[in-house]
Amino acid sequence: MSIKTSDLSLNDRLKKELADTTMRKAIANGQDALNTKRNAAFAELGNYEEWRENAAAVRHHVLENLDFYLNQFAENASANGAHVIFTRTDKEATDAALEIVKAKGVKKAVKSKSMVTEEVGLNEALEEAGIEVIETDLGEYILQTDDNDKPSHIVVPALHRDREYIREVFARKKGYTGDSVPENITRFVRGLIRKEFLEADVGITGCNFAVADTGTVTLVTNEGNGRFVTTAPKTQIVFMGMERIVPSFTELDMIFSMLVRSAVGGKLTSYLSFITGPRGEEDRDGPEDLYIIIVDNGRSKVLESGFREVLRCIRCGTCMLECPAYRHISGHGYGTLYPGPLGLALVPVLGGYENYSDVTKICSLCSACNDVCPVKIPLYELIYEHRRIIAEDEELVHAPEPFVMGAYGKVIASSGIYDFGSNMARFAKFLPKVGPLKEWTRERDLPEITGKRFRHWFKDHKKKGGKS
Amino acid sequence: MSHNVSFFATCLADTVFPDIGIQSVRLLEQLGCTVSFNPKQTCCGQPLANSGFHKKARATMKNLTTALLEDNSKYVVAPSGSCVLQVKEYPKFFKGDPVWKKKAEELAAKIWEITDFIVTVLGVTDVGARLPGKAVYHPSCHLSRLLGIKEQPLALLGNIKDLELVPIKGQDKCCGFGGAFAVKLGPLSGAMVIEKVDNIKAAGVDYLIGADGGCLMNMKGRIDKEKLNIKVLHVVEALMAGKEEGTK
Repeated sequence: MSIKTSDLSLNDRLKKELADTTMRKAIANGQDALNTKRNAAFAELGNYEEWRENAAAVRHHVLENLDFYLNQFAENASANGAHVIFTRTDKEATDAALEIVKAKGVKKAVKSKSMVTEEVGLNEALEEAGIEVIETDLGEYILQTDDNDKPSHIVVPALHRDREYIREVFARKKGYTGDSVPENITRFVRGLIRKEFLEADVGITGCNFAVADTGTVTLVTNEGNGRFVTTAPKTQIVFMGMERIVPSFTELDMIFSMLVRSAVGGKLTSYLSFITGPRGEEDRDGPEDLYIIIVDNGRSKVLESGFREVLRCIRCGTCMLECPAYRHISGHGYGTLYPGPLGLALVPVLGGYENYSDVTKICSLCSACNDVCPVKIPLYELIYEHRRIIAEDEELVHAPEPFVMGAYGKVIASSGIYDFGSNMARFAKFLPKVGPLKEWTRERDLPEITGKRFRHWFKDHKKKGGKS
Repeated sequence: MSHNVSFFATCLADTVFPDIGIQSVRLLEQLGCTVSFNPKQTCCGQPLANSGFHKKARATMKNLTTALLEDNSKYVVAPSGSCVLQVKEYPKFFKGDPVWKKKAEELAAKIWEITDFIVTVLGVTDVGARLPGKAVYHPSCHLSRLLGIKEQPLALLGNIKDLELVPIKGQDKCCGFGGAFAVKLGPLSGAMVIEKVDNIKAAGVDYLIGADGGCLMNMKGRIDKEKLNIKVLHVVEALMAGKEEGTK
């Protein structure tokens, strides 16, 4: 997979997702439940704004000094015995992994949940090389079992599915005969995945944050499977987005506090894994070899652009949970691996405007995301700026929009033409319902325009000395 | 104490919802303001700017800036959080143009959203209105989140006699309007307004009250389509209700 997850056009994606009432109900319930938990978790913590300011400052500082911290991390991780590999593109990243697994004769890989591995298309690359890849995160396992369905959310990848649907998938694909109680389905899946852990030659994980001054990589999970991936197989490969770094455990503590509360509304997750080098002589588990693949894949470009602030992102997904547009179309409506407000801000610059300008339309500019981002990314402003760049580039914006907007601009810039035009507005009801009118009237009535104008009333009002 | 107010009607109130403009002027006059209206004014340019067409929007921004500054009033007042936000953002659109940037800053500093103006500048929270029934108040996104005007409309509505404000699920969520968004992505915007109106419906109210014509037009469009018996009012219309003088 790359950051593109659908070949359908924007309108076709919206049509498809809006017709999926089961998905829409699942997403709405998920949003409501997780947002309630998030708000309660932050209310209990107190000083929300101050926490956000501090977390934003830490992430800002890291981005301003990213070269320093990456270097420090790489030195410390190497000193701990890990192999650190810097890669510029998705291909370089997957090639680096392929080289390792080929050298080790790997046949089976178990994975914990990782967005960056999806971004670079790791599973496809490994499978092409004949390696079996098993997703062990329950959500990802559901999607993999369901003919490689795409994640609809970056933290809760199967948020778009309800328990009945999931039961049916496992019944059809894996012979599950039980009911739709989540605990029972989970127990069934656990039995299947345990076997895979014992057979796998390599464990592949993402990295929530790397700690520069200790050379540690960390994993934040709610299922023990993430940790199992780092302890059972002999080889571990960590994929890390190059901006996912903090100076020390002091900052990590704060970032985790924000991440977990924002993502799932908890104080801590069930598992926090800190991996500092491969298994030592005294250690009873852990990999014999630890590889850390640091992925750029467009991040340097983002860093140098006017959109650097989006790299502060700690991938909590709370902007999606808050977004009223995401609510109705899920991540799938965006057709991009990173959906929601984060996706709108990140994807056009990460993947290029030529491929991803349409996605910036999926926003009513309500700015709700700005108020909940734990690292205060100005998402509204970044989306607004993307739209300017796109509209002012003739290659990117398609007819008739520039023409319509240009004509409209001329009308409203001149009080004379505006006055004539708005007097004519009362005849709008006689217009054929095509284009924008059709879009409006499918779900709504048009307002009745009587021809009565405020400005005419006001003139009269003043004539009568304010007595009307 | 009399205040000179230059009124920015907004294009929507000028053409589609004239009563919003009319009741705004009556309300301001009742509260002792001397109101002027410069007919050169048109639109704030938001539909263009929000779609990214900043260059194309500058001509109308200049036109409005000239019109609203011409009256030399101490205050400019408008019945829309969204349009006020747009005008407050004008200086950003003239970064490389010191002459217009200065004018835009002058205008941005003296423009007020009407409920904010009444509560903050005039110091009034009870305007003596009476409107029997139950109502849902919709806190429009640009008004409440981006301008931070949350308490002012509620303070005014809270003092309307016999009016009960009822909370709804997802009260502060976007209604799906978003200007050009509503026609560019009609089906998605439609899904959003359907959910909003479902929540309003569930509250069993007589009125939907808001402070932004665009959002009200959107929700009214859905309410009318469903033929619901819910009257949609701009906050100024609610604040003029039940008065012997000055009602229509």
